[in-house]
Amino acid sequence: MRVETIPTLVRSCYLASIRHKSNRALLKLVQFPTHLYFLANSPMKHTRLTLRSFLISLSVLLIASCSSGPDETRVEQGNREGVLHFGNGAEPQGLDPHIVTGVPEHHVIQALFEGLVLKNPYTLEVEPGLAASWDISEDGRVYTFHLQENASWSNGDPITAEDFRWSWERALTPALGNLYNYMLFPVVNAQAFAEGLIEDFSEVGVRVLDEHTLEVSLNEPTPYILQLFDHYSTFPVHRGTIEAFGSPTDRFSQWARLGNIVTNGAFELTEWDLNSHIRVEKRESYWDSANVSLNAIVFYPTENLTTEERMFRDGQLHRTGDIPLDKVPVYLAESPESIEIAPYIGTYYYMINTTKAPFDDARVRKALAMSLDRELLVETVLEGIVDPAYGVVPPGTLGYNPPKTFDFDPEGARALLAEAGFPNGEGFPSFDILYNTQESHRKIAVAIQQMWAQHLGVAVGLVNQEWKVYLSTQENMAYDVSRRGWIGDYVDPNTFLDMFITDGGNNKTGFSDARYDQIIFQDAPASTSREERYALFEEAERILLEQMPIIPIYTYKSKHLRVPSIQGMPANLMDYFNYKYVSLESESE
Amino acid sequence: MWRFLTWRLLQAIPVILAVITITFFLVRAAPGGPFSTEKAVHPQVQAALEAQYRLDQPMIQQYLSYLGDLVQGDLGPSFNFPGRSVNELIFSGLPITAELGLYAMLVAVLIGGLAGVFAALKPNSLQDYVPMSLSMIGICMPSFLLGPLLVLIFGIWLDWLPISGWGNSPGDKVLPSITLGAMYAGYIARLSRSGMLEVLSADYLRTARAKGLPERVVIAKHALRGGLLPVITFLGPAFAGLLSGSFVVETVFQIPGLGRFYIQAAFNRDYTMILGTTTFLAALIVFFNLLSDVIAAWLNPRLRYQFKKAS
Repeated sequence: MRVETIPTLVRSCYLASIRHKSNRALLKLVQFPTHLYFLANSPMKHTRLTLRSFLISLSVLLIASCSSGPDETRVEQGNREGVLHFGNGAEPQGLDPHIVTGVPEHHVIQALFEGLVLKNPYTLEVEPGLAASWDISEDGRVYTFHLQENASWSNGDPITAEDFRWSWERALTPALGNLYNYMLFPVVNAQAFAEGLIEDFSEVGVRVLDEHTLEVSLNEPTPYILQLFDHYSTFPVHRGTIEAFGSPTDRFSQWARLGNIVTNGAFELTEWDLNSHIRVEKRESYWDSANVSLNAIVFYPTENLTTEERMFRDGQLHRTGDIPLDKVPVYLAESPESIEIAPYIGTYYYMINTTKAPFDDARVRKALAMSLDRELLVETVLEGIVDPAYGVVPPGTLGYNPPKTFDFDPEGARALLAEAGFPNGEGFPSFDILYNTQESHRKIAVAIQQMWAQHLGVAVGLVNQEWKVYLSTQENMAYDVSRRGWIGDYVDPNTFLDMFITDGGNNKTGFSDARYDQIIFQDAPASTSREERYALFEEAERILLEQMPIIPIYTYKSKHLRVPSIQGMPANLMDYFNYKYVSLESESE
Repeated sequence: MWRFLTWRLLQAIPVILAVITITFFLVRAAPGGPFSTEKAVHPQVQAALEAQYRLDQPMIQQYLSYLGDLVQGDLGPSFNFPGRSVNELIFSGLPITAELGLYAMLVAVLIGGLAGVFAALKPNSLQDYVPMSLSMIGICMPSFLLGPLLVLIFGIWLDWLPISGWGNSPGDKVLPSITLGAMYAGYIARLSRSGMLEVLSADYLRTARAKGLPERVVIAKHALRGGLLPVITFLGPAFAGLLSGSFVVETVFQIPGLGRFYIQAAFNRDYTMILGTTTFLAALIVFFNLLSDVIAAWLNPRLRYQFKKAS
């Protein structure tokens, strides 16, 4: 269609609309289609033309209005302006570092706040954050942090050692209900204070030596303590602002809202539309702003993975939080440069209720573990993108590698089962695999059900439950075998192995072993070298795999779609990034 | 008429109270609580959280204080979004969901009404079968399929329309409105077809034709009024359904509406948010049912006469 005809069409469209003016809007609404029908069938030639031109003009207007935007996509514009568009998975619950939990919250808080240290995204070793440097006493129990002299809050106040002391007191105060308060438990008396056993915070091992010096005393020389000081539950918060909005322990406080919040990180909050987006912009008064390359970051709550993938394909996102599993082979084949898959510090496993016969027999549990062909499972059901796991700690956790004590061995598994009194699975009671409702968990459970039936001759049923119901079933030990995943809180084998201490809140299997508890509680924390600790952890993991209260299945991988213009966001075990390293390359350069 | 309205409004109170009571006790009976997570929660922390949300009080006391707050228009604080009230969350999503619902309704009435009337004019012909088959597809096709399909065609292949967002760029409201409206368009097509068929054989239409009125006027002025009555009565509940049922479309198109909060609340066991949204939607449904009764009365002279006689 030629462009000159458009004004004529618009005019006829207007004429057609006034011709059918009606006083009663509602009736008009339903009469309108009928009028159109009769107009179309009317013998009068000119009305017919009017109708046709009306319809054509309508579609022309529609198309014109839709494709009138700039040809540049959001990502291209972002590259030019230094704005990162980030698929963040879900709407953050809030931005109070001592209240929220979860990965989407973590991504935003990391841009707005800063703790004593940051991490290098390439090595995951710590590097200075608000602490410019630190000294460690010879016994490894006392850390003295020297804070940055020129660091300030977003309202201009200087950041002092007292800010840390007050913030940690708040984070540990029982009434606040901080779910991550245990991050500070290595500090002397922190646990006692959090449990209400002592009331006086001055007994806790945090001391302000002067305005810029903070001394922290630990119960044991905890080698991973610096890693914890990069966790948001140990971040300082602004006392004046929090107190201005009510009690420091009030979860309903308004201080962390747009317009109220005072932050100390490289970015500050400028927009927050619920379920739409959060925008943070570079803060010029940040102590290290010369090393911040991004001008802004926009976080999108992309709950639906396929929608997120479409947004990426449409040039709306620089990086997605995840990829639908079935899209992975497509991207690997068609645009491998935009997919990134990397080992992740998490293990997918099945836990066994060891308090219930016949699962109270370690031979039965081992037979179940040995009869799983993990390689086959990974190749078929999981598209070959994850690694089979034979231990609970992911390999390569800061140099630690789990022992491999068993392999896929159906013969051996059958022998063990026969020893336990069930030759060829005869007489073995049927039991259920419990998993939370999700397609990938179901597929894995179906495959495992078949493997157990084939190799051991046991009858297995599948039960899926909605997330919170599933959690409560596990909590009450009302399951036989249940799917579970665990993501490490920090890069150290301890974050996996301390789950299985006797009666530990995350154990949930009934497993208990005195030597295991001794290693986790006493021997490992007291050890002085990394080699010694890792040897102890290996011993603990061998005990665990000998008893097999859990069946390791695979090690997680993080998977993202990302445009090639992102620099300084390397793949790493923690799926961690430090926004200071991130920059965007404009394609026009 | 006024008596009728007052009576209907009074009837609504026990309905809504029943909804509140059932929901209140049902969500608390569901396994898992608002604070249960994959990671073990320290008993002290659990106790502190329950104290802040008054969950440590006896159930009946919680119920009564909830009703007390509700009377004052306070739906309480959200469990899942600390620092935000349920009122605030509902009113942040409602305008967007209402706008989406309105556009979807326009789509449904225009397309469905046209198709239904069109089909009724020549029953049991191709002109009847084609729109009626299409309406069946519209009813059967779930929006989680139709949405991505439309996105694929118009957003990605043809690149005419934005694939997600709301109010960010011109045209991003088109696909969500069509996706949400399609099912209702199907229902309206079938309703208006059967309504029109019934009316088209009525005596008063023969009278109108005998007067020598052109067919266009006969249909548009006389037949539609009666023929579309079933559609009008359907519109009230349909609009309430659009408001409460837009979750899938909001997720597919990344729209910050009420539906997402509603579903998230159930998954998170966000007690106050579940109660707040359920109560609010129940009130809306009651209101729209009442509205469609009033409109039906206004359009139908016989009903109007009955009301007059009654009052």
